[in-house]
Amino acid sequence: MSLPLFKNDEPLVKPAARVLSLPARLQKRNLTFGPILRKIATAVVPPLVTVIALLLIWQILCDKPGATLPAPTVVWKEAKDLIVDPFFVYGTQDVGLGWRVLVSLERVGIGFGFAAVAGILVGCLIGQSDWAMRGLDPVFQVLRTVPPLAWLPISLAAFRDSSPSAIFVIFITAIWPIIINTAVGIRNIPMDYRNVAAVLRLNAFEFFYRIMIPSAAPYIFTGLRIGIGLAWLAIVAAEMLTGGVGIGFFIWDAWNSSRLPDIVVALVYIGLVGFVLDRMVGFLGNLATRGTAAS
Amino acid sequence: MERPYLKIDHVSKTFQRGGAVSEVLKDVTLVINKGEYVSVIGHSGCGKSTLLNMVAGLLPVTSGAILLEDREVNSPGPDRAVVFQNHSLLPWLSVYDNVKLAVDKVFSGTRSRAERHEWNMHNLELVQMAHAKDKRPGEISGGMKQRVGLARALSMEPKVLLLDEPFGALDALTRAHLQDSVMQIHASLGNTVIMITHDVDEAVLLSDRIVMLTNGPAAHVGEVLEVGLVRPRKRLELVSNSQYIKAREGVLKFLYERHRFVEAA
Ligand SMILES: Nc1ncnc2c1ncn2[C@@H]1O[C@H](COP(=O)(O)OP(=O)(O)OP(=O)(O)O)[C@@H](O)[C@H]1O
Ligand SMILES: [Mg+2]
Repeated sequence: MSLPLFKNDEPLVKPAARVLSLPARLQKRNLTFGPILRKIATAVVPPLVTVIALLLIWQILCDKPGATLPAPTVVWKEAKDLIVDPFFVYGTQDVGLGWRVLVSLERVGIGFGFAAVAGILVGCLIGQSDWAMRGLDPVFQVLRTVPPLAWLPISLAAFRDSSPSAIFVIFITAIWPIIINTAVGIRNIPMDYRNVAAVLRLNAFEFFYRIMIPSAAPYIFTGLRIGIGLAWLAIVAAEMLTGGVGIGFFIWDAWNSSRLPDIVVALVYIGLVGFVLDRMVGFLGNLATRGTAAS
Repeated sequence: MERPYLKIDHVSKTFQRGGAVSEVLKDVTLVINKGEYVSVIGHSGCGKSTLLNMVAGLLPVTSGAILLEDREVNSPGPDRAVVFQNHSLLPWLSVYDNVKLAVDKVFSGTRSRAERHEWNMHNLELVQMAHAKDKRPGEISGGMKQRVGLARALSMEPKVLLLDEPFGALDALTRAHLQDSVMQIHASLGNTVIMITHDVDEAVLLSDRIVMLTNGPAAHVGEVLEVGLVRPRKRLELVSNSQYIKAREGVLKFLYERHRFVEAA
């Protein structure tokens, strides 16, 4: 979403054109650093101002006696060690939020990894075969509307252990958008590419990795991006119920022991990590589909 | 006379969609000799692409048969390479890799890696595209893309080269340039070629014979014209050549007098 911002910045390079009319050498130095600094400034300053404003409003609202939520200053005072040192270890259950996030990320990684592989394969099948489409699509359209947490009791019953259950919830949450987007991508493979493959007599496997995957890659990455977002949403909820060391359970635990400042800090962590995950998949997608969009 | 190389034998094609049946081609018969350059011309929508796709094996015939060296054609294969109207290069592969896909597929069993590389480059040089081998299709012009499409098709060493309006989307200058390239390649390699075109001049300049299809539905071969001009042909010299003018007139008369394009059809 910062993309439009980035584009707006491009005209800033324009002043370089002025070099022609200004023979002074001093001007050159300004021109090489100016645009970069300004680019950074335009990217950083507006969100910074927003954050400060929000903090101020929050401070004003919550900084009176009888306020139900802690003000930023209170959060800072009471949860300072959580904020400044994400990786402390005081005991097996008393570790920094960085560790907790890593535990949650591991679960998401496993669940999402399975979802990505299975989702792409099933998506290819549905996209490629009309019968698979007719048979599976209606079922999937129903299943995908089931909220992630509704799967939890069933998976707890099946796995009899909290960690694989949480992973299963991630899997089942993330897989639908991957399947659906992949299938759409496969259906949209231009007839020309299929004809090329037919003339060359590519076998099923060659067709899969030479034509299907690259051609559908933009769609697949859209699915993956939605999937990772949902997975991160679901892990927090799932961990609240399953316990363990993850960030989700930390919030539940803090709530039970009335440590509201800790919850605030955890929310910030979750938000930032979710943001980074989304950007990472987006970045990988851009990298992998550089050539595909242009024809 | 020698045995026919490619034989299109009483071929008909009907499309069925839901309840609607449309008869596109009816009883098309055509015999093409080895090394011959045959153009198929006809009004838009008469079924030229359909005919070519059936020869390629991309579409099944409804009745009749297509025989290549006495063997029936019923599936696509690299012995009948197609250059599609809109180049259809794979945009995620470089120019070199687009050709490589074909070369590796066709010659992986018979040629070493080094030989395949050489053959790959040889075909790119043939169409004067070796300099852009590392570019993506998105980075080269339309004419260049068609050249690469041609190189890919030639690299399969096809028995028959099928060209579906290969220059249709190009400007006149690029077009003339590519036509000259194709003429040269045909002269040196002696390929058997079927080319679909809308362009009367192109058909006369390049072909040994011009097959004219009647208007659809149920199009068939209306007339076959022997061009009979000696090769090599020079574009500029032909302008005033009486044989050329006569051939051109023949095709034009067929298209615009006897089988005028009817809007309603
Ligand atoms: N898959 C299909 N299903 C039904 N009808 C089809 C199909 N493909 C082609 N047709 C019909 O067959 C007729 C011939 O199509 P074709 O593409 O062969 O024409 P063409 O001569 O190549 O035209 P153009 O010069 O515009 O390329 C058209 O009327 C078209 O609507
Ligand atoms: Mg056509």
